[in-house]
Amino acid sequence: MRAEFVRAMLALFEQRKDLVFITGDMGYMALEGLAQVYGERFVNAGVAEQNAVSVAAGLARAGHLPWVYSAAVFTVLRPYEQIRNDVCLHELPVKLVGNGAGYAYGIMGATHHALEDVGAMRALPNMKVYLPLVATDLLPVVNAMAEDPRPNYLRLGLSAKIPGEIPVFAAWRRLKPGRSAVVIGMGPVLQGLYDLGRPDLLDELEIWCVGNFPLEDIPPELASSIQEKGRVISIEEHYRPGGLGEALSCLLLTSGVLPRPLVCLHAAGYPSGRYGSQRWHLEESGLAGPALASRLEQILRA
Amino acid sequence: MLAERAFSVKKRFLAMYKKANAGHIGSALSCAELLVLLKFAWMRDDDTFVLSKGHAVGALYSVLAEANLLSPSQIDSYYEDGTELPALPPFNTIKEIPFATGSLGHGLSVSAGMALGAKLDRRQSRFFCVTSDGELDEGSVWEAALFIAHHKLTNVVWVVDRNHIQAIGRTEDVLALEPLDAKLRAFGYRVISVDGHDFAALLAARDECVRAIETYAAPVAIIANTVKGNGLNYMQDTVDSHYLPMTDAQYEQALAEVTRAHAATMNRFRNAG
Repeated sequence: MRAEFVRAMLALFEQRKDLVFITGDMGYMALEGLAQVYGERFVNAGVAEQNAVSVAAGLARAGHLPWVYSAAVFTVLRPYEQIRNDVCLHELPVKLVGNGAGYAYGIMGATHHALEDVGAMRALPNMKVYLPLVATDLLPVVNAMAEDPRPNYLRLGLSAKIPGEIPVFAAWRRLKPGRSAVVIGMGPVLQGLYDLGRPDLLDELEIWCVGNFPLEDIPPELASSIQEKGRVISIEEHYRPGGLGEALSCLLLTSGVLPRPLVCLHAAGYPSGRYGSQRWHLEESGLAGPALASRLEQILRA
Repeated sequence: MLAERAFSVKKRFLAMYKKANAGHIGSALSCAELLVLLKFAWMRDDDTFVLSKGHAVGALYSVLAEANLLSPSQIDSYYEDGTELPALPPFNTIKEIPFATGSLGHGLSVSAGMALGAKLDRRQSRFFCVTSDGELDEGSVWEAALFIAHHKLTNVVWVVDRNHIQAIGRTEDVLALEPLDAKLRAFGYRVISVDGHDFAALLAARDECVRAIETYAAPVAIIANTVKGNGLNYMQDTVDSHYLPMTDAQYEQALAEVTRAHAATMNRFRNAG
């Protein structure tokens, strides 16, 4: 998604003169073109995320539209209080961008994985989170963030490659119909369902993708599907606390749309204490591969 | 004149603290002259002030009231339920308070951000930020210091209220800051040390600061040597002055001492004149 993000930011620069792009010394082989075009409006603030976020708040207070870019874990967690106080309390349009969310940094290990970023952002007032799925989402997402007067967090990962036509980015998107269960996921982790090589399983699953937090109201067609099929499965490359499963539980319950049952699939952390690629961690968490397939079979049989 | 302003500002915030039965009096007395200098003898309308040591906000509210930017009824509501003036600066409530501070180590960075914004817009506005000295324990202050120096944000004037006392101890006992001037110079600042309670010295420091920025194109940090609880015998230079409110007797004593000190200043001024 990073290349598409950069392209979208370059396109945005053609339209707006108030952009400032701040990186926390991240973006090797990615941001060079942006730096060239943005000129004095591109700032490498160094490995100093707390200052970067507060500087962005100051820029926003002065009428600019600042974007702060780093690895997701460094964008969100290192300067958390700066995001809370200087950005969110003041409701300033600071655009936080976290690259490599979830296990995307793979073998880099636990300090580089962002498995609680969405939960952390969901807890903050005035914050709207954007969760792109595929490469083509980035242009509409970046444009929507630029128009949004509130603080935002953009969670970047590797773009999902999903067969068929993907609807344009939205708060809720139905990716495909299915017979007996509804899957609701956030971001590229959904690709794991398509990669199982199990058309029999896929045929059973109606798949929806969430685009934002806070979650918007459940679309009527999704509510009908849940009432009809009963089974709902949430899937996220994120720890369970503060994540999609929890948000969805609350939304379904308060909307009177009751799944039978709701199964939450989520990142398990590091159960074996061993490290590997993003794919390896997803499989270990049961979010991809054979463990996901057997979990789905179990849910569908129940 | 500035001494008259400072006297009025101090009387007002002492009354506010007494009515509220609130602490942080020592912190407000430490920076009272600094804030008066900035508001009444330095800042222009398009300049911005950030009180990074938000716990001294009694002094700021009082200065804003002195400038008729807060009403007597707002001042009267300080600390009350439903007030716009809480014990630490509020967010998005008062135009002259661009950021809610109180968590230490934020003010210099937001000042830097606003200053960078002004620079990009080719605006001449300046940004004055008063930090405490205990606040310098926060790593984010040094991130901001690096940033301001690197980007030559000479439109930020950083004033350190150097009273040597933090919340529960003396700065040199808790986490030593000295030699502070050398540290700041090493970061790329022109450093001006000044008696933070003496207006003649403060005015000279102001002029020196303006000259230094023009001459060296480097940012300036002013180390204002101050006394926590300045002017009140029973509290000055004590750790207690950070938290403790005033008894009735202490309040009477405080008013008497501030009044006596002001009268002495005015006498000196008359004799000098």
